[in-house]
Amino acid sequence: MAKLVYDKNGRLEFTKEMRREYTILAPNMAPIHFNMLETVLRSHGYRAVLLKNTGPAVVECGLKYVHNDTCYPALLTIGQMIDALNSGQYDPKRTALLMTQTGGGCRASNYIHLLRKALQKAGYGDVPVISVNTAGLEKNSGFKLTLPLIRQAMAALVYGDLMMLLSNQVKPYETQKGQAMELVNQWSKRLTRQFEQRSGYSKAQIARNLQRIAYDFSQIPVNMTPKVKVGIVGEIYVKYSPLGNNNLEALLRREDCEVMLPGILNFVMYCVDDLVEDAALYGGGQIKAAAARQALKYLCDIERSLIQAVTQYPQFHAPSPFSRVKELTQGVIGLGCKMGEGWLLTAEMAELIEAGYGNIVCAQPFGCLPNHIAGKGVIRRLRELYPDSNIVPVDYDPGATSVNQENRIKLMLAVARENLQKSSSSQPVLSPAPAQPSQAPKTDCGSLSRSQAASGANG
Amino acid sequence: MKIGIDIGSTTIKCAAMDQTGAILHQSYQRHFSQIPQKTAELLRELQAKLPDGESALLAVTGSAGMGMAEACGIPFIQEVYADRLAANAWLPDADVVVELGGEDAKILFLTGGVEVRMNGACAGGTGSFIDQMAALMKLAPQEMDELAAQAEQVYTIASRCGVFAKSDIQPLLNQGAKKTDVAMSIFFAVANQTVAGLAQGRPIRGKVVYLGGPLTFLPQLRRAFDETLKTSGLCPENSLYYAALGAALSAQDPADLEKTLEKLAQYQAQSSYRSIPPLFRNDAEYREFQARHAKDALQTADPAAYQGRAALGVDSGSTTLKAAVVSEDGRILASLYQPNNGDPVETARKFLLDFYEKYPQISICASAVTGYGEELIQSAFQADFGVVETMAHFTAAKRFLPQVEFIIDIGGQDIKCFKIRNGVIDNIFLNEACSSGCGSFLQTFANALGYSAEDFARLALKADAPVDLGSRCTVFMNSSVKQAQKDGASVENISAGLAISVVKNALYKVIRASSPQELGRHIVVQGGTFLNDGVLRAFEQELGAPVVRPNVAGLMGAYGAALYALEKQTGPSSLLDRQGLLALTCQTQAVNCGLCSNNCKLTVSNFGGGRRLISGNRCERPVTRRDPAPVLDIYEDKQKLLRRVEQPAPHGPIGLPMGLNFYELAPFWFAFFTELGFQPVLSPPSNRALYLSGQDSIPSDTVCYPAKLMHGHIQSLIAQGIQTVFYPCMTYNVDEGLGDNHFNCPVVAYYPEVIAGNMALPSGVRLITDYVGLHRKRDFPAKIHGILSRYFPDIALEQVRRAAKAGARAYETYFAALRTRSQEIVAEARRQGKPIVVLAGRPYHADPEINHGIDKLICACGAAVISEDCVSWQTKRAPVGVLNQWTYHARLYAAARYVSAQPDMHLVQLVSFGCGLDAVTADEVRSILEKAGKIYTQIKIDEIANLGAVKIRLRSLFAALEGAKEGDRHGKAGL
Repeated sequence: MAKLVYDKNGRLEFTKEMRREYTILAPNMAPIHFNMLETVLRSHGYRAVLLKNTGPAVVECGLKYVHNDTCYPALLTIGQMIDALNSGQYDPKRTALLMTQTGGGCRASNYIHLLRKALQKAGYGDVPVISVNTAGLEKNSGFKLTLPLIRQAMAALVYGDLMMLLSNQVKPYETQKGQAMELVNQWSKRLTRQFEQRSGYSKAQIARNLQRIAYDFSQIPVNMTPKVKVGIVGEIYVKYSPLGNNNLEALLRREDCEVMLPGILNFVMYCVDDLVEDAALYGGGQIKAAAARQALKYLCDIERSLIQAVTQYPQFHAPSPFSRVKELTQGVIGLGCKMGEGWLLTAEMAELIEAGYGNIVCAQPFGCLPNHIAGKGVIRRLRELYPDSNIVPVDYDPGATSVNQENRIKLMLAVARENLQKSSSSQPVLSPAPAQPSQAPKTDCGSLSRSQAASGANG
Repeated sequence: MKIGIDIGSTTIKCAAMDQTGAILHQSYQRHFSQIPQKTAELLRELQAKLPDGESALLAVTGSAGMGMAEACGIPFIQEVYADRLAANAWLPDADVVVELGGEDAKILFLTGGVEVRMNGACAGGTGSFIDQMAALMKLAPQEMDELAAQAEQVYTIASRCGVFAKSDIQPLLNQGAKKTDVAMSIFFAVANQTVAGLAQGRPIRGKVVYLGGPLTFLPQLRRAFDETLKTSGLCPENSLYYAALGAALSAQDPADLEKTLEKLAQYQAQSSYRSIPPLFRNDAEYREFQARHAKDALQTADPAAYQGRAALGVDSGSTTLKAAVVSEDGRILASLYQPNNGDPVETARKFLLDFYEKYPQISICASAVTGYGEELIQSAFQADFGVVETMAHFTAAKRFLPQVEFIIDIGGQDIKCFKIRNGVIDNIFLNEACSSGCGSFLQTFANALGYSAEDFARLALKADAPVDLGSRCTVFMNSSVKQAQKDGASVENISAGLAISVVKNALYKVIRASSPQELGRHIVVQGGTFLNDGVLRAFEQELGAPVVRPNVAGLMGAYGAALYALEKQTGPSSLLDRQGLLALTCQTQAVNCGLCSNNCKLTVSNFGGGRRLISGNRCERPVTRRDPAPVLDIYEDKQKLLRRVEQPAPHGPIGLPMGLNFYELAPFWFAFFTELGFQPVLSPPSNRALYLSGQDSIPSDTVCYPAKLMHGHIQSLIAQGIQTVFYPCMTYNVDEGLGDNHFNCPVVAYYPEVIAGNMALPSGVRLITDYVGLHRKRDFPAKIHGILSRYFPDIALEQVRRAAKAGARAYETYFAALRTRSQEIVAEARRQGKPIVVLAGRPYHADPEINHGIDKLICACGAAVISEDCVSWQTKRAPVGVLNQWTYHARLYAAARYVSAQPDMHLVQLVSFGCGLDAVTADEVRSILEKAGKIYTQIKIDEIANLGAVKIRLRSLFAALEGAKEGDRHGKAGL
């Protein structure tokens, strides 16, 4: 059995020996992306397991072992881990936990410490916690973020982004329900196999895969009827995780909406870009900034492949390039606002509005500090710029009930439906929107209804 | 016929109209959570009215109707949206609609860009809130309205949630503030809450319309809104039915009423909420439980047969008055447990007078008072002692379980828990203003559902599948109960669920225990709430261990006070005799002190015969009429050290808001801009009026109070005619080398963005919110020069370099002065043998509007006060169990470490409500202190202005310190 090794501050390390023997439990966030990340870790020799346990026990463990004023994502992820350890499925003597750490000025950088405190309290003090960060915060001899690992992870994220983007645009319209998700599963398996064979993550391979994925999605038969289009932004965990947002996507889908979630790649680029902005605003950090520019260039190349893959099909909406997203902050928020989701959150709202997704759920944990600023704090300015935007901030925490959240979302949707009706019935007023003739070529149909909705939202 | 049914949290409203829009039917009734039944009743009634051959068009609206509508296939329309449809139809010229419902507050802007808003998850100030407050004052809401009409003055009451407001109102009532004034103050609190929470920077102008139950039924509430909005709004006909009318308007599809009724019946039958195991699995369990607790009974004695001396103990609680007359050998002769009806003096007077008359042979030789109303009762009755509640409870608990290790007391509105170590109170937990879930909470729910508290409690025992309500604050609980009702939970299961949630709240939110072992093995539970068997059982289940509940659980404070009096009394008692009682009256009057800038609102209680009590004061001045003696209080000194007098200068004035990080950086920027030839103008000291002046532009009602105050500071600078306000964003603060990084918290760092985005500035006013980094001294001058030259092109870089140096010097001078002064305070305190309290928070907690004079309270307890930055520099950086990355927070850890090594220093941490980072720091500071055997005390502060709970906390702390000292002495003597 692996020996327990502590560093000079008394932190339990994850050793090389442990790497061989230990199962590593990782929290789940965005399902499509993280399933692939799990494979990436496995193909690098880590016995990683993505946690999928949900249910009341998760929240209860969180409430019991984490300070109750801590933000909801911390409470959930830590609760999920302790619940998993309690389940008996994993031997606590041969299990490690994995947590990301950005090193930013938000509470999130402290999750890992809260997790350790919680583990102590729950009697799992001997379970090592691995910090995944690029800020050089904690080091472990048994876990290294190598360049190939990072590159594969980035590839997994971009594949995840594309599949999330396209499946969300197809699902509400597919004539045969379930085809889009089936395709997501198929491709996840294919990509997993590629990762296992250590391929699928060079720029060329990425570009090729993205093209194929986009083609496959374009082949799913759809019936484009005008639907309310809703964008989701917010604190990253609550934005993507169904556990964190009470299955927000499913709720919106039940309400017959098309849902759009800006991708994770944006967040990665935003984090890297902060180093550049920091140097520009305050001076210093030139070496870091130069490295960051290098990394950004790489990420931009991948992003371009994604955009190119999507723009071949006019029926699909492609995300704006990062440089454009950044521009959208002008006059709304400063680029120095970099804690939590920072300016990116604001920019994503602006991007969504411009793309015709002016109905927005801004999801945040209750009391989320950065979102006081970049979420709720900018809504007024956004509404001045885009008078028809329809943004609803929704708080999530263990105390908030789904009734309250649903009610607020329904208010947003009621306004959205009215706007949709106004824009799609430009000829006869007050009659329900006529169904699109189903014989017409599908792509035309899609682009038609899309442009209509977009023009409506932009007013 | 078009039918709209609006199902709110407490009421069900129905409207029906014909095709022409003529209204055929309207009804408004409480549904007592029998939602499907009531809906069915209504539909049957309307079905009967339906003309032959005509079909009914049906739609449901309202949050409580959502689930039912979905399950039964009835079209649902969101209620705010329904309101708007109705407003468009009936009030085409309205500009703004304000609607209050049972638990919702809504504002609809109808003209100039339609917007609809409703309150978030954390917002009181609604109908239920008014009901709760009325219940607290033992009034019907209508009666409260009548009283409000005669109000003379308005008190500040927080209305964020019922819990906050209660802790504001209860002391006001206890201290004898007039009900008329309190009633009006409650309405103003509601109006302020609605405006602050929902206007979010958009002015409410034009034709304003009031809708919904509270605004329809309560004219004084409308007056409060009128005055707050400086308008005169209209409450139209049908104001209760707008949502229902809107739903009716929206109804488009003919409904088959028979089918709908069938579905409703089915819906009623299924129950699908999340449940937890019942309190008792069978009768045998219940009997065992009863038998076990029957043993913990206190001996009583027949007062008629008793001869000799006795002691009186009074516990004047928030809602109830408890009194006990105790024989010299500790038996109870007479007792009282009764709601104080807002007049505790009269309640106690009757009890005592009755006792004197019935048992003239018993002489009361000692008396003590405890509880919220301690001051008032002690003063009115000239009782011998006042004793802090925690001491009283401990004294009583020892009688039942001499080796007691942990006491938990859940009363009407507070939870008090304390650990006993070596016979001394060692650690105290009080519920913070937010996480209340106590007796009055259960009572409120019982009443809302149409039961008395006792009957409601009994129902819990029969629950077969209690609702899992988790542990959360009252406002959230309302929605959870709503949801459970929606899902068909029975009242039994709701009652049991609430009992369990009270326990979870106490264990996980207040005590923050993760296992029963942490509490010890000998646990005494007390307080009126534990008389509820459901709560007691839930507590034992959650702990997995039996506890002791004295049969006089509700009387323990009074009983303990009597024992305390017996123990301490030496001479004859000063308690009023029969004559004195007969002459005793209690008339109260509210006045403003006016002797200093605090201008405290004082309550003067006149007891007849020239005796009176002044309360609400922070210092002795209004009582003694003399200047207060010099205090050892760095918080007061800080005010003087931070502010300098400005001089006119060539570049003219530049406004600097005194809040958040600017509080401490003021000396830097002041010198910086003076050197550049500006006249720096600091915004004035904060107060309530300053806050209110900026409150309508606050976009997020859950952000901390210090941040909210910034709106007022900017507003005050603008009001002074300042053209340029300098309030830059600062990701980083000064690096003091105490942590791994030196961030500001996200709110402090970026609040200027919120100001810029949400405050409407008059034309010509410039707000400079660029990103500035003082942490990079070498880069700073060039960077700030780049920023400033965009606004002032003629400033030279060389000048800026000099200014930066001047700023840095001023900043150092400030700290040098602060440290010198704090060393003087420490030395003087040590000379006088006073304990020293490090009142630790953030620099801006020195603002008296933020700390509510807690520093003065501590001084009044006989201690000296310094702040965390006075000692943090005296330690080196050391590893902590968290990521230590914020400048201000690093000081907290350093201060805690410093205090750990000083026997006469104690740390009290101020935490602002909504401060996410303090969830991280509080646990860490606590663990640093507890490792060194120190007591950790945390005080949560918000807009809230009531200091009652804080006083208990502080007095308990000092009592514990005193006890520990005595314990030490005994320990040493033993050696």
